Amino acid sequence: MRRYPGKIIKEAMGNLNSKAATNLYPAAPSIVTKGYRGKLNYNSKACTGCKLCVRDCPAKAIEIVNVGADGEKIFECHLDLGHCIFCGQCADVCPKKCLKVTNEFELATTDKSTLNINLKEV
Amino acid sequence: MGRVVVPIGTQHPALKEPASFILTLEGEKVVSAKAKLGYNHRGIEKACENRSYIQSLYIVERVCGICSHAHSTVYCEAVEELAGIEIPKRAKYLRTVVCELERLHSHLLWLGVAAHEIGFDTFFMYVWRDREKVMDILENFCGNRVNYGINTLGGVRRDLTPEIIEDIKNLCKLMDERLKIYTDLAMGDATLAARLAKVGRLSKETAIQYGAVGPVARASGVAIDVRVNDPFAAYDEVKANIVVDDNCDVFGRVLVRVLEMVDSVRMLRFMMDNIPDGTISVKVPRKIPAGEVAHRVEAPRGEDAYFLASNGTEKPERIRMRAPTEANWHAIAHMLEGDYLADSPIIIAAIDPCYSCTDRAIQINDLNTGKQDILNWQQLKQYSINWHRENNGIDFAKLKIK
Repeated sequence: MRRYPGKIIKEAMGNLNSKAATNLYPAAPSIVTKGYRGKLNYNSKACTGCKLCVRDCPAKAIEIVNVGADGEKIFECHLDLGHCIFCGQCADVCPKKCLKVTNEFELATTDKSTLNINLKEV
Repeated sequence: MGRVVVPIGTQHPALKEPASFILTLEGEKVVSAKAKLGYNHRGIEKACENRSYIQSLYIVERVCGICSHAHSTVYCEAVEELAGIEIPKRAKYLRTVVCELERLHSHLLWLGVAAHEIGFDTFFMYVWRDREKVMDILENFCGNRVNYGINTLGGVRRDLTPEIIEDIKNLCKLMDERLKIYTDLAMGDATLAARLAKVGRLSKETAIQYGAVGPVARASGVAIDVRVNDPFAAYDEVKANIVVDDNCDVFGRVLVRVLEMVDSVRMLRFMMDNIPDGTISVKVPRKIPAGEVAHRVEAPRGEDAYFLASNGTEKPERIRMRAPTEANWHAIAHMLEGDYLADSPIIIAAIDPCYSCTDRAIQINDLNTGKQDILNWQQLKQYSINWHRENNGIDFAKLKIK
């Protein structure tokens, strides 16, 4: 490449018109692909409370809690984002497919106490 | 000439991971080198023993950030062998596709790091720009840039879509073009050759003697590659070529890695055209039958060997991981000796070390008597207390706590 210095002109002219390789995130939206594994989506109505997700979670980050009074079954899913490794095994093992992986990834926070979230359906 | 001892590390210029090198110099030349590990022990084997097989899979995947697929493949195949399960052919192919994409991104990463170590930052920027393309495909296909999570016990978790196949074919086209530039540069550039040739020499005999694996061994003329010697996944059908070079130095390691990338692109293209149809996974029972298995795969850095023992329960009884860096590690001190101090960063970086993969065993080798000893935690603790008492005069027994 460097034996013929003139060769660089073609490359340089091409780069003049090309777009920058970096993007301006956070000023511009960051591009994540469709298949990216991010935050979970939880459908409480479909959940049967079998807790297979809790059993298989390698990071012990997920918890299914029954909040219904008088034997009523209303489930809530608590996820500790500080522990979650976003492997998506809970979504894989769920027999009712009430846990789904979305590609939402902006989950950073400055307050530790907000890391433990109650998952909702989006 | 007087001798000077220079400690490099634990935080050192070669890589962003902790390891300590104690070099004894005579002038600018290294006359003896000692490499020390042990700053990054994470207790990952023990963590696996406390988790079920499927949970351990994700722990195993996090042994190494760059060759995570190699670690999860060897673990999955070991568990499948214990359970007596044959996975679908398509799943084997998909594992192989990710294996090769991983090799591509790992070698590009290494090439960038090596270029950065020798002060050739333009090259570093070029290769890392191309690496991003590979990472994007891995992210879209597997779900993550590193720690892909594509493997599961009994197959893979995601299938290739026509879009991703198209993306990979486009990547092959781009890589052909780029790798041609890199091959020309690696083979023909005088500056690169002047900087890397005859640096970090490791002869064929010494490489065999120290048990070097992967590109380090292949650059010393040792033709070993698990993909060919002991095919796993779909490598019995997707034939890999062993790239061997007899330069026996860092320059040879660059050549081997660049040419391996060319081979990876060829294999990816073959797989995109010949991938069989069918299911991508089969069910694996939660309880794995009792037994022991040793298995190995070829990670981008070399042979990755696992030992797995099951006692018939839901949890593995013992997992032993031997990452490729651990095999290459022993040759580092030999490679450093006789070279200049200024070459030490590139020599260390040339084995593509990954220290957190490697920090595991406690084995004491007495160089004077040749005695080997493995210590348990209590013995090591006692040894540590005694050593500091004798050498540094630290004796907590004399302290009186009120």
